This record gives sequence, C-alpha cells and structure tokens, in this order.
Amino acid sequence: MDVDTKPHSSDKSDKPWLDPKAKPFIRIDGVTKKFGEFTAVDNVSLDIFKGELFALLGGSGCGKTTLLRMLAGFEMPSGGRLFLDGQDMTEIPPYERPVNMMFQSYALFPHMTVEKNVGYGLKHEGMTDAQRKDRVKELLDLVQLTPLAGRKPHQLSGGQRQRVALARALAKRPKVLLLDEPLGALDKKLREQTQFELINIQYKLGVTFIVVTHDQEEAMTLATRIAVMDQGVIRQIGTPTEIYEFPRTRFVADFIGSINIFDGEVKSVDKNRVTVSAPALGSNVIVDHQGEPPAPGTKVSIAMRPEKIAIERKEPGAEAAGNTIAGKVIDLGYFGKDSLYRVKLPSGAMVRVNAVNSRRAGESERVAVWEDDVWLTFAPSSVIILTE
Amino acid sequence: MAALAPTAQAGQGDESRLPKAHSWRQWLDREAWRKAIIAIPYLWLLFFFIAPFLIVLAISAGTSQVGIPPVIWKDTFPFGTFDNYVFLTQDDIYWQGYLNSLRNAAISTFFALLIGYPMALGIARASSTWRNVLLLLVILPFWTSFLLRVYAWIGLLGNTSWFNRGLTSILATFFPFWVTGDHIQMMNTNFAVVLGIVYSYLPFMILPLYATLEKLDRTLDEAAMDLGSKPWEVFKDITLPLSLPGIIAGAMLVFIPATGEYVIPSLMGRGDSPMIGRVLADEFFQNRDWPVASAVAVALLAVLVIPIMIYNFFQAREARRGST
Repeated sequence: MDVDTKPHSSDKSDKPWLDPKAKPFIRIDGVTKKFGEFTAVDNVSLDIFKGELFALLGGSGCGKTTLLRMLAGFEMPSGGRLFLDGQDMTEIPPYERPVNMMFQSYALFPHMTVEKNVGYGLKHEGMTDAQRKDRVKELLDLVQLTPLAGRKPHQLSGGQRQRVALARALAKRPKVLLLDEPLGALDKKLREQTQFELINIQYKLGVTFIVVTHDQEEAMTLATRIAVMDQGVIRQIGTPTEIYEFPRTRFVADFIGSINIFDGEVKSVDKNRVTVSAPALGSNVIVDHQGEPPAPGTKVSIAMRPEKIAIERKEPGAEAAGNTIAGKVIDLGYFGKDSLYRVKLPSGAMVRVNAVNSRRAGESERVAVWEDDVWLTFAPSSVIILTE
Repeated sequence: MAALAPTAQAGQGDESRLPKAHSWRQWLDREAWRKAIIAIPYLWLLFFFIAPFLIVLAISAGTSQVGIPPVIWKDTFPFGTFDNYVFLTQDDIYWQGYLNSLRNAAISTFFALLIGYPMALGIARASSTWRNVLLLLVILPFWTSFLLRVYAWIGLLGNTSWFNRGLTSILATFFPFWVTGDHIQMMNTNFAVVLGIVYSYLPFMILPLYATLEKLDRTLDEAAMDLGSKPWEVFKDITLPLSLPGIIAGAMLVFIPATGEYVIPSLMGRGDSPMIGRVLADEFFQNRDWPVASAVAVALLAVLVIPIMIYNFFQAREARRGST
C-alpha cells in the first residue's frame, strides 16, 4: 500500500528531506502549546517540503490535532514559531493564512447548497462572478459532485459530504491543505477508495497536504512521510517503510502494526552481526543490525514483526539459516487471506506469528492448529534492536 | 448462534415461560401510554382553549341586552349576526387600538431582539460555569411579582423621580438644544409602554435564542474563518442565518403576548390612544357589551394567527422544495 515505491537511492528532488540544501516549505520551529498546566505540544520542530503528503500519526491526546490547529491559526502557540514559504505565520489570523483545512466533522454549512459551500471561500478573492462559477464547477468536477451542486449537506451521504469538504478546502488554491482525520467518518470500503482519490488529487494539484490521523494504515497508504507523535512529542519521522521496518523506539515499533518485543542483552558484536541473549526466547538471537551496533552488555529490546516469522510443524534442518525456536500453538485466528497464531514458548512468553495462507487448504490440512508443537524461524535481518 | 438452538427446543416443552401474545396487553404496554401522553395536551387545549373560544365566538354573534346573561341570540336560523364585526370597522377606536398594539408590539419585539441577541450570544459563548449563573440572572426577575416591577418602573419614570431628574440633567448638559426643563415626560407615553414590554418580555426573547445559539456547531465558525471570513463576516454568514429559528421563536413569544398586553399599557401608556387590550377590557367591564368585546377578541386572534399560518405555509413549502 506504500505509495512511495521507488528505492531509497532515488534522486533528491523526489525526497527533498534527504537534501540538506533543500528549503522547507513549512517550518515548525520549537513549537509548544500549553492548555493551563497541560502541555499538548512540547517543543516540536519539523520541516515539511513542498508537494509532500505528510501525516501526523498518533493516538488520541498526542497533540497531533493541536499542532494542525496551530498551523490553521485556530490556536496560538505558547512558544516557538511557524513559517510557511519563508514567511512567519505565528501571529497571522486564520482568515489571512494561505492554508485551508478539511475538518474531521467536515463542518459543511447546513444552510448552503453544495455549490455555495464550495464557493464560500471565493467571495473574498478578487474574482469576477464568472471566474468564481468556473472555479466551483472545476472543483465539483474534480470530486465528481457536479450533479449534486444544488443539494444541501443533509441530503448527501457521508462520502459525498467528505468530497464537498475537500472541494471547499481546495477552492481557494491553498498553499497547504490541512486534513483532520479525512477518512475517519467513512466506512472501510469507501475509505480505501477515497484514500486513493485523495492521493490522486494531491498529485494532480501539487498542493502540500498535512494529514492528521490515528489510523496507521491510513497514514501508511497516504503519506510520503509520517511523524509519529506521543505525549506532545514527535517520536520518529520517516517514510512509511522506515517507520514500519526500522522503528527507532519501542513506542514507535509497538504503535505501528503488530510486533513481538522481548528484553535482551547484547552478548557479542561481529561487524553488523549482533548476538543478543533473550531469556524469554530461551536462546541467543542473531541479528543483522543496520547502523552503529550497540556495545556488548547493553540492555536492549529485540522486536520481530509477526509476518516475518515462519511457522512449521517439522523441525528445520541444521542447514536452516536464521534463528529457530520451538513452541506450542495456543490460539489460532483464521482471517481468510492469512492466519494469526499465538505460540507459547517453553519460557511462557507468547509470540505472534502471521502467516499468509498461500496454499488453498481445508480445515484438516492447516499448517498448524491448536496444541500443535511448532518451529518458528526468522532471519537475522528481520530482527530489530531497540535501544530506547 | 449455537447457544440459541437448545433454548428454542426447551421452550417447546415449557410453554408457560413464553410471554403470551395477548394483543390487549401489548396495547396496554406500548400504545396506551403513548396515546395517553399525546392525548393529555390535546385534551387540555380542547377544554381550556377551544371550548372557551367557541363560547367567545358564539357571544360575538349575539346582541347585547340588559340582563343576565348580558347577551341574547336570535331565535331563527342562523341565530347569530355579523353586526358586531361590522361595528368594529365603524368606530376609529378599534382599528386604532389594533394599530397601536401592533406597532408597539413590533417596536418592542425589535428592541427585545436588539438587546436579547447579544445577551443570548454572550451566554451561549460563556464558559459552562458562567453560563448557568448568567441564565439564572436572566430568569431572576420572574422571582418577583410582575406588577411590582411595573410599579417600580412607574416610580422611576415619573416626572419627580430622581431617575427622571438625573437623566434630564445629564441630557441637558450634553444636548442643551434638545432637552430643557427639569424633567422629561416619560410616563403615559408609548416610550414607557415599549420600555415596559421590552423589560418584561426580554427573557422570552433570550431563552429561545440561547437554546438555538448554544446548539450551533462552533467548527462551522472555524471553517468560515478558515475560508477567509473575518469574525463579523462569520457572524453574518453563519451564526445569524443558523439562529433564525431562535429569532422567530423569540420574536413570536414577545410579539404575540405584547400585542394583547393589558397591564403595561393600562398603567404606563397613554389614556387617549389605548392599545387593543385596554379597549377589550373597557368593552367588557365599562360598557358591559359582551358581544362587541368578544368580537374584538376574535378579531385580535385572527390578526395574530393568520399571519403565522401564512408564514408556516410558506415555511413548509420552502422545506418541501429543499428536500427534493
């Protein structure tokens, strides 16, 4: 689902954040927001580049919406500055910012038709009536709502309202579009379809999008980069792949997707090959670590994604590469395309294993069922070492 | 699903545990209560409004006589007469009374709206702790007698009161070309009537306005502001049109009783040009002409109800048009 399918080494114009000389389009510089004693956003600094589809991801109360509202101008930062295209925006009121927002509730004006809603922001632009009409028509075409132009919001479905909200927020050609949980109110099928529409529209118009979401799948699908937020602080910024495959902290690893995390201690380091003892797994784990390996004796966490662990009923031969551990299937969840196993190790620890059901099999022919003794194998390169 | 099957089988052998489908019982359980609750206000209106109104309507078709009752009807079909209504058009005092009433009520409604709207908006936008205190303050005057408050105003507005004298001297200082003398005639003017009505009926304007404004979704304001509207434009484009139902409700709650208002114009208004409430009372108690008084009452009702019915008709048509 990752939109960004190009390899890491692609040219810098595609990934401006890798280019130290690139000028950020939006600069959030040490921004803090306090509500009384409560710090909603704590000294956040963040650069977002032109044309990005940037996602702020986090649980409720993590400060992502507050940060978005500060970008829109509805909240004044308690400290720090906000820059847009080199211009200080911190004190500019919302009605003068070249930024528009699509609200989570859509906030469509109930007493205006779809057409009036979309055109509302244009009355402040120096446009003739004909130009205004053309712009509204163009936007309604873009979101495929032209036949419903005369309807009032209460006569629309949830998906149609979402598209009106999008058209209205795009009408003034904002430099930045802020989207607060843009797909949150849609059902699952519609959400999938709409997120691709959003990406297409963003690509077509080249507007910088900043999306706030609590839904990690949504963030992964939509975003060029994701900032994972927690307790008012950004825990990690990276592409969806970086966030998922190379999380830097236990929080990020745990928040994004499903993962098995165990405490361990570094035994020995040989170049990139790190051996970690993990008592819960009952054996040493060999890890191919990218980047600076931790020194022997360091207390670390090791983490494995459930889909990167293979499950088998027969013991793998000695020639099998990687780490092997034995266990017993306690729980089995069959989802059709894949199955989730919960495997109990002799130490009592539980490991989640996610296996794609690539072979068509009846109930009696499954890879493993309840109470089966199984072997789990995972490659050294699949293991993540987390020091924080 | 599996758990349901054994229960259904057990139920076949043990019928006493299943509820019996007596239709009267079901009716009593659901329908009866619903119908009773709906019927009570209708019965109330029937006995205490429709029936008395029909009596008034009947009296208005009679002829006054000296006796008990002071009204008599014809013995032959159609028993009644239209003469009393015709009489209303012949004496200036009636249509002037209606006109005075409608004008004073309209001016009062306008000022009640002008004063009440900012108050209601302020209360609706206040923090939740303040909101209750402010609402309490709005209804606080109801805790003292209405008549007492009117008399207090009479005391304040009178030509010799400190209030009148003080106000006069302040105005005379700033507008010497406009105000002369040591007092302004305020009592027994239309100004006093409008002041009294605005003061007395203000809560009836504020409360429905508050109820509407408090429910408005503030993210709509933010959305409008986000799209480039300055605060006053947000008010004009969003808050004001969306609070229209509250404005209409408040205006009706002030305008309708103000039109028929009797106490305030009697105590504070002009004797030479009475409002219709005063005319009606005089007809009943001074002239003892029940048929003409009843005709005045029926005509007043028509004057108030017919515009509302026309308004509702157009409103409903607008709503139908909106939904297609």
